[in-house]
Amino acid sequence: MIRQGFFERNLRYLFPLPAVIFVVVLMVFPVCYTFFLSFTDWSLTSGKPLNFVAFKSYVDVLKEPRFLDALGRTFYFTFGAVIVEMILGIALALILNRSFAGKGVVKTLLLLPLVATPVAIGIVWNLFYDPTIGILNYVLSVLGLPQSGWVSETKSVMPSLILVDIWQWTPMITIIVLAGLAGLSSEPYESAKVDGANARQVLFKITLPMLMPTILTAVILRAIDALKTYDIIYAMTGGGPGYASENLNILAFKYSFEYFRMGQSAVMLVFLFIVVMGFSLGVMRLRRAFEL
Amino acid sequence: MLVLIIIPILFPFVWMLMSSFKTQVDIISWPPKFIFTPVMQNYDRVFVEQNFLRYMKNSVIVSVVSVVLSLVLGLPAAYSIARYKQQKLSMFILIARLMPGISFLMPWYIVFSRLRLMDSYVALILSHMLICLPLVVWVMAPYFDSVPRELEEAAMVDGLTQQMAFFRILLPLSGPGVVTATTLSFIFSWNNFMFSQVLSQQKTRTLPIAVYNFLSYVEVDWGAVMAAAVVIMAPAILLTMFFQKYVVKGLTMGAVKG
Repeated sequence: MIRQGFFERNLRYLFPLPAVIFVVVLMVFPVCYTFFLSFTDWSLTSGKPLNFVAFKSYVDVLKEPRFLDALGRTFYFTFGAVIVEMILGIALALILNRSFAGKGVVKTLLLLPLVATPVAIGIVWNLFYDPTIGILNYVLSVLGLPQSGWVSETKSVMPSLILVDIWQWTPMITIIVLAGLAGLSSEPYESAKVDGANARQVLFKITLPMLMPTILTAVILRAIDALKTYDIIYAMTGGGPGYASENLNILAFKYSFEYFRMGQSAVMLVFLFIVVMGFSLGVMRLRRAFEL
Repeated sequence: MLVLIIIPILFPFVWMLMSSFKTQVDIISWPPKFIFTPVMQNYDRVFVEQNFLRYMKNSVIVSVVSVVLSLVLGLPAAYSIARYKQQKLSMFILIARLMPGISFLMPWYIVFSRLRLMDSYVALILSHMLICLPLVVWVMAPYFDSVPRELEEAAMVDGLTQQMAFFRILLPLSGPGVVTATTLSFIFSWNNFMFSQVLSQQKTRTLPIAVYNFLSYVEVDWGAVMAAAVVIMAPAILLTMFFQKYVVKGLTMGAVKG
């Protein structure tokens, strides 16, 4: 029979143990500490010991217009980007879902925006967006359209940032949906053919409903990252002009590492966490409903 | 039709590459120039004046070490999750993917300052491991799950202990999974900006920060900045082209399984 020493009997605890200890020390403790800080008014630069103030920091943050704007912008950015990315991404996947020469090359190209360093991407797009030397304003002028200030103006900065996110992440949706399409069974299509369904009926009655679990998972993955977007915005605008492109993550970063108001920053992070968790759980529930 | 898809995806990369070989005069000329005499001065500036090789070395050290250590911690954990159906454990590790990075970064900053570990490789590597470890588990748990159990059981009947069967039989068979996990974690660590921004200074500064700092000069030297962008993106892009199939697998993992 198979030998069973102490190690083998307890493999299920011993094998994950190092990883669990690591996650507890580097994630669980810090997150608990951040949560604790949210009930204090601690500021690193004040030199004063931290005071327990219960919900005072929460009240202060909720009264801060900059916070409410950033919260709204977090949703604006996420919904704006993710909705367009889903529509475009699914459409692209449907177009590419057939065999043609060079399909492998196209799939590789699709991966490039995803793996490119966000900070560098942001800088390249800043060159595109530059109001005086940027190629985008040149294109607009050639087309006879009015030029834009892009990221340098309050009213156009958010759509411009959303456009970069769309460029970078639409291909991920396409890749996920393509993999989902490859895994669909062919049976429903055959019976649809027999019944004489047209292409539109096949798309809306068969393909999309069958893809729904895949699509919803893609939405979760993408929205989690969009809600937390930091690199691209920080590199392109630093949250400006003024505060016009600050989302929660940027604002919390500034409160922590520029103003050193740790207590209030912690409150913002608690809110960001609630938003991310609430969203993920909501979509997961939706997904389960589709799989029934 | 295909061209309409390819051009928007590719154009930023092409423009970046072209601009990295332009003089400042060519870059700021209006209308934008598509034809110009290429120059190498921007790369000179990046490598000679700015000494980018030093930041590159830092980036390589941090990414490679944190990927390796994450595999050491993550592979046995992923195996255990797959064999014993430890769903809660898997969720526990994957939550690190959900959490906003600053919610750890702020406490780390305080603790690492007290321990005099600011601007050290140790602090950077630990922080990057929290990016890599969940990716390793995310990719490898389903992978180990798909390997038939009979292989290990046969080895165990032959007298190997379960942990030996894991190391000698299962791991060597898991090459493709490990390649996927390694590539993805390396890319995510390589691209990370926020952790290095706070935890690294002069000595351990990584490439994303070095590229960003380039921008803070009064007048932006666009050519040099673009050259720096090319330098930082090149490894991730080459890796992706080389391991295309694996990257796709890693990115589509959780979404398609159902």
